[in-house]
Amino acid sequence: MNAIEQQLQYEKRNRVSFIVTVVVIFIMLVWSASAINLENMAANGLDIAKNIILGILSPDWSLILDFKGGVPYLLVETMAIAFLGTIIGAIIAIPLAFLSASNVVPKPVAYIVRLFLILVRTIPAIVYGLMFIRVTGPGPAAGVLTMAFVSIGMLAKLYVDIIEELDRSVLESMTSIGCNMFEKIRFGIIPQLSALFLSIVIYRFDMNLRDASVLGLVGAGGIGAPLIFAMNSYRWSQVGSILIGLILLILIVEFVSNKIRAKIVKG
Amino acid sequence: MNLLSPKKIQLPNGKTVVEKKSATPLVIIILLLCTIVSVNITGFELGAIIKRINQFFVILDDMIPPNMEYMPSLWQPLLDTIKMSLIGSVLGAIVALPIAFFAASNITKNRFVSSGTKFILSLLRTLPTLIVALIATFIFGIGTMAGTTAIFLFTVSYVGKLLYEQIENANMDAYEAMQSMGLTTVYSFRYAILPQVLPNYLSSTLFCFEGNVRYASILGYVGAGGIGLLLNESLGWRNYANVGMILLMLAVTVFVIETVSEHYRKKLM
Repeated sequence: MNAIEQQLQYEKRNRVSFIVTVVVIFIMLVWSASAINLENMAANGLDIAKNIILGILSPDWSLILDFKGGVPYLLVETMAIAFLGTIIGAIIAIPLAFLSASNVVPKPVAYIVRLFLILVRTIPAIVYGLMFIRVTGPGPAAGVLTMAFVSIGMLAKLYVDIIEELDRSVLESMTSIGCNMFEKIRFGIIPQLSALFLSIVIYRFDMNLRDASVLGLVGAGGIGAPLIFAMNSYRWSQVGSILIGLILLILIVEFVSNKIRAKIVKG
Repeated sequence: MNLLSPKKIQLPNGKTVVEKKSATPLVIIILLLCTIVSVNITGFELGAIIKRINQFFVILDDMIPPNMEYMPSLWQPLLDTIKMSLIGSVLGAIVALPIAFFAASNITKNRFVSSGTKFILSLLRTLPTLIVALIATFIFGIGTMAGTTAIFLFTVSYVGKLLYEQIENANMDAYEAMQSMGLTTVYSFRYAILPQVLPNYLSSTLFCFEGNVRYASILGYVGAGGIGLLLNESLGWRNYANVGMILLMLAVTVFVIETVSEHYRKKLM
């Protein structure tokens, strides 16, 4: 028996746990397969699908080229909502992240703030939208606040990961050469965090732009409402023109933000 | 303009070094401008919001205490939501594997195939899930099938993107050795690349499943089945005690699923 075979013998036998895992997953799959049912499918479902695709492929050009109230204006409004919402969310998330980092505050406090963050994250955007419409009235301002609150949960969670991996040796050496608290925060902590935080915020802006269509459901501004109205009244060519605008915008923003993030993180 | 010209530093050995100016002030000015423009477009007024912020708590106040009697009728839709996201995520992850195989430029040598697949993936990713679900309800009718379709498509695009990035960053040594021994591309992929990316693949699938459970609750709002249908109904009737109960159950479910999946994801790494 050579060395390799010996090493193989020492390897843990996990065949039982492997089989159990596979069986459990398989049972869960069979159980959940009932979600796939075609009973409700309209008899002419395929025809409808064909019409939808044809409509989307022949967009309404007048809507795309209409700069007052057409697709371009709606896109700018959506971007403004996502931008402002992301910035407000990013600022609110910073103190929450520090309060839930277990190397900054005592464990029980961190745990409670974490539970609170899970609650904030679970409330769907639609419910926030309805709450904020009571505050500001229907319109883009409600959308901004909704976007902010939807972003807080994820931003805080990602911030915490970075805060917990903070390099403490820098701070210790700064203490030993006699820096005060402010200098330690300014030159020891902020340079470590700022680039990664910024990269996360840009990523979240990307996501918010994509999720902004949700806001249309409750009348909180943005491109979602016209899109959903057009869909509910079967004007597929208008849907096509709005979707083309939205997809182009998202692709461009994603490309630019990837470039910026790569530059920020690599320095 | 001393402010814009780079600062020169004379070193002791006589050489001059040019210190690069930081871009931070410029970035801050641009961000401020964008913020002002956005505030103008959205009509965002901080003063009015602070004055009326108590309205925010009116609905929150109605939600507490949640209506406990509503719980028995919630189990079935909640299970539907979980079923929808489970089958959608698993099928999506399975389909994502061959797609990622074709999208990875180090495995699929044909440039057109790999960049074409990548383009389709990013196009799929930009389609808002909610809109996909809405279109699916027109085709498949109201019910879980529409939600499953939307979740399936989202998972394909998300896991597919992460997976092909993993494959492109994988160590190619073993793969090349197997190729030179005469194994086909598929076989060498199976035995050299797949074991490297498998933990990450499973972990991102689990992560996607977590997110999908949360997202599935919104999908119901457009008629794509699950607990969102009831959420829509209760919000429509302004029965906020019921809404509170739905949100409470969702929060508990999401918390349990997140804890379990985080445990396994840590094990996978």
